[in-house]
Amino acid sequence: MTNRDGNVAAPAVEMRGIVKRFPGVVANDSIEFAVRKGEIHALLGENGAGKTTLMNILFGLYHPDEGEIRVDGRPVRFHNARDAVLAGLAMVHQHFMLIPRFTVTENVILGSEGAGVVLDRAAARERVADLSARYGLQIDPDAVVGALPVGMQQRVEILRALYQGGKTLILDEPTALLTPQEVDELYSVLNRLRESGDTIIFITHKLREVAAVSDRVTVIRRGRTVGTRQTAETTAPELAEMMVGRAVSLRVDRPPAHPGEPVLVANDLHLRGTQGHEALAGVNLELRRGEILGICGVEGNGQAELIEVLAGLRRPDRGQVLLKETDVTATGTNPRRRLGLSYIPEDRHGRGLVLPFSLTENVLLGNAEEAPFSQGGRIDYPGSRSLTERLMGAFDVRAPGPDTPAGALSGGNQQKLIIARELHREPDALLAVQPTRGLDVGAIEFVHKQLVAERDKGRGVLLISFDLDEVMDLSDRLLVIYQGRIVGEFLSGQVTRTELGLLMGGRALDEHAPAAD
Amino acid sequence: MSTLPRPTEAGAGAVRPLTRIAGALPTVLSSLLAVAIALLAGGVVIALSGQTPFPAYVALFEGAFGGRRAIAETLVMATPLILGGLGFAVASRAGLFNIGLEGQMVLGGLCAGLAAAWNPGLPLYVHLPLALLAAAIAGGIWGFIPGILKAKTGAHEVITTIMLNYLAYRISTVVIGREDLVLVNPALQATQPAVDNASLPLLLEGTRLHAGILLALLAAVVVWFLLYRTVFGYKIRTVGLSQGAAAYAGISWGRTIALAMLLSGLLAGLGGAVDAIGLHGRYYNVMLGLGFTSIAVGLVGRNNPFGVVMAGLLFGALASGATRMQNTAGIARDIVYVLLAFVILSVSALAVFQQFQQSRRQTTRARGMTYDRAADEAGEPLVEPPPPPRTI
Repeated sequence: MTNRDGNVAAPAVEMRGIVKRFPGVVANDSIEFAVRKGEIHALLGENGAGKTTLMNILFGLYHPDEGEIRVDGRPVRFHNARDAVLAGLAMVHQHFMLIPRFTVTENVILGSEGAGVVLDRAAARERVADLSARYGLQIDPDAVVGALPVGMQQRVEILRALYQGGKTLILDEPTALLTPQEVDELYSVLNRLRESGDTIIFITHKLREVAAVSDRVTVIRRGRTVGTRQTAETTAPELAEMMVGRAVSLRVDRPPAHPGEPVLVANDLHLRGTQGHEALAGVNLELRRGEILGICGVEGNGQAELIEVLAGLRRPDRGQVLLKETDVTATGTNPRRRLGLSYIPEDRHGRGLVLPFSLTENVLLGNAEEAPFSQGGRIDYPGSRSLTERLMGAFDVRAPGPDTPAGALSGGNQQKLIIARELHREPDALLAVQPTRGLDVGAIEFVHKQLVAERDKGRGVLLISFDLDEVMDLSDRLLVIYQGRIVGEFLSGQVTRTELGLLMGGRALDEHAPAAD
Repeated sequence: MSTLPRPTEAGAGAVRPLTRIAGALPTVLSSLLAVAIALLAGGVVIALSGQTPFPAYVALFEGAFGGRRAIAETLVMATPLILGGLGFAVASRAGLFNIGLEGQMVLGGLCAGLAAAWNPGLPLYVHLPLALLAAAIAGGIWGFIPGILKAKTGAHEVITTIMLNYLAYRISTVVIGREDLVLVNPALQATQPAVDNASLPLLLEGTRLHAGILLALLAAVVVWFLLYRTVFGYKIRTVGLSQGAAAYAGISWGRTIALAMLLSGLLAGLGGAVDAIGLHGRYYNVMLGLGFTSIAVGLVGRNNPFGVVMAGLLFGALASGATRMQNTAGIARDIVYVLLAFVILSVSALAVFQQFQQSRRQTTRARGMTYDRAADEAGEPLVEPPPPPRTI
């Protein structure tokens, strides 16, 4: 292995011919993966491609069935995570493993308190402050972690990794919970780490992040290495094709919208949340036929409550919901469904599906009381079953058959089943909440096409997603929600990511120099 | 408590028969395995008590299946347990643990006994259904009360049903003790004998087998149909598996669980009735604990109506065999309760084990790991990699 200067240097991490089998699945099939010292190396692959398994092997959590791992040129065999930490590896998990009531220092030293009985808190605090300053993390060592924003909490995780002596940091999908600004700040932290000689492995399934931050990228698909590229010398379409195994369209093909009359209208919705705060503080919106209306915002700013009120799961404290000019504020989900409102819920497992139920029984969800699914209280199972078969064909739901339990399907196929069930009713308005969460590129493409197709059939689509790119790509009109209020409205293409990011973070656009466009 | 149902087993319509049998096979096999384990463990206990297990088991088997009378006795013992177990299953499917079967059975038996002791000279086809209806209403009300309490206030059904069990015992004692009531015999601590036209007819001369077993089997078919073929049953199962999905589908949780508890209590009430106006010919104010055994029957039967029938027969066989074991092998009847306990333990352990496997399989798929259809159809286990230990 040669580095940029042409000198021979041992890679920071080298994994050769890694095989890991689980019963019925080969999660890693002779994977080759090498990371140079001092680079940011993206590990790109769809959900289930084997990225996490590979990193768990590297980190000593799984033992490979075959293959060899070298760290700094030396062959290693890790028996557990502690061995990996001692070898200079550190993992920053997707879901932070922090104790909210502890201070930053307390969290950082957790697990490396040392063997002594008395904790040298002052020394630890000093070291934490030191590290924070050296890498420009700007973290107060005495802050209570629970009170920090998500982006800061992630830095605490990074700080902990550094504190433990990590020279090679593994970041598992680190941007999943961040706002665009926080993502940018993360990138600069990573760049500073690289400049001071640390190595970073960046696990992701988003092409944009690969381009933004990595020096090189290794793509894996179905447990095999597809290839490694210099980021600067590759293109997004090439990477996408490597990742999916076929050419995929990355841009949503979206002809101009022709919005018609309003189909779903919310007037001055107020709702008190479970913690007593105002979850919805006077939301007004108007969804028209033939448009995709996107709502962007950081999670927890009233999106969940808004959807529940619109879908009929909760009554607002004040305000009005009109569906096709009918006041439905006081009705539940089923009357709205009958009137022409379909709903793709965010929580596939907890709300959209009953996992132990067969696909047929899941298609009955929300439909069971109506013809042709039932008559006189008796469910027509043969009829429902053949309808399910038809829907599976039409929406490419891959499963052995309609009697398969929904829990046995992949996330993409589960989502396709939900979409099939909801669209088969030919709704006038469709609520789609995080419709592509956790799906792979192929399934995302499918879902996006369906939403655009619905729009083009003259239906109104309300899209809520925490993935800003998705909302910006798909929506004809954008609303920004912040603390239960709509704080901005834009037509597609007339707003930048930066502007949306500022509004999502609660700042008004005129406080800062607006990005000119 | 409820085990994960296997929807393909009973849920969907036109499953190929072979597939269905193959799908049910592991359940049947594992239940037999559980019984075998229990018999082994029971054998150890018998040996420890200084007896020889083999003759004891021979006696047990003969008492349960050795001839017409033994089989009839097994069926007789199984009858109330099947009905009670069905009641347990219905509540479990809705996600509730009905520990109040005992009280529902007591009141069912009491009301059936009272209705049957009353003699207005009605014909059999009027009076018998009337007695059964009285039992069903009494048990149903006793189930509906905790159901509606849970729906309205969230009061936990385990607490409320246990309290209602005690209340049912007391009501029974008070009613049976009333000197001024012509329908009861306080000295005997029972109702007056049931008139012939209000008794479940005897099916087999020379045995105690009465028509209650037909009622129990019919109830199993009805419960199966209700759970797996009607909108109401679909709602019960949805509510029991996912409250979130139920809300999404516009299914009222409160209404559904209250009605499920009503149905559960109704079945238990009938279970109390068959013992009173079928077996004993009158209601005795004695705590039999049938309701508690019924919980075990429901659990062992995996809350599946036909599983409950099989479990009821198993428990009936053990109860019937116990008498013979005591008489011929001289082994205390109590050892049978030890056996029953072992059966419940091993069946529950296996159920938990299988549920664990199944949920691992589901997470594998849910996490989007490669789905190997051929392997799946070949029945290869698809097991999620063990979760990595948490590291800090």
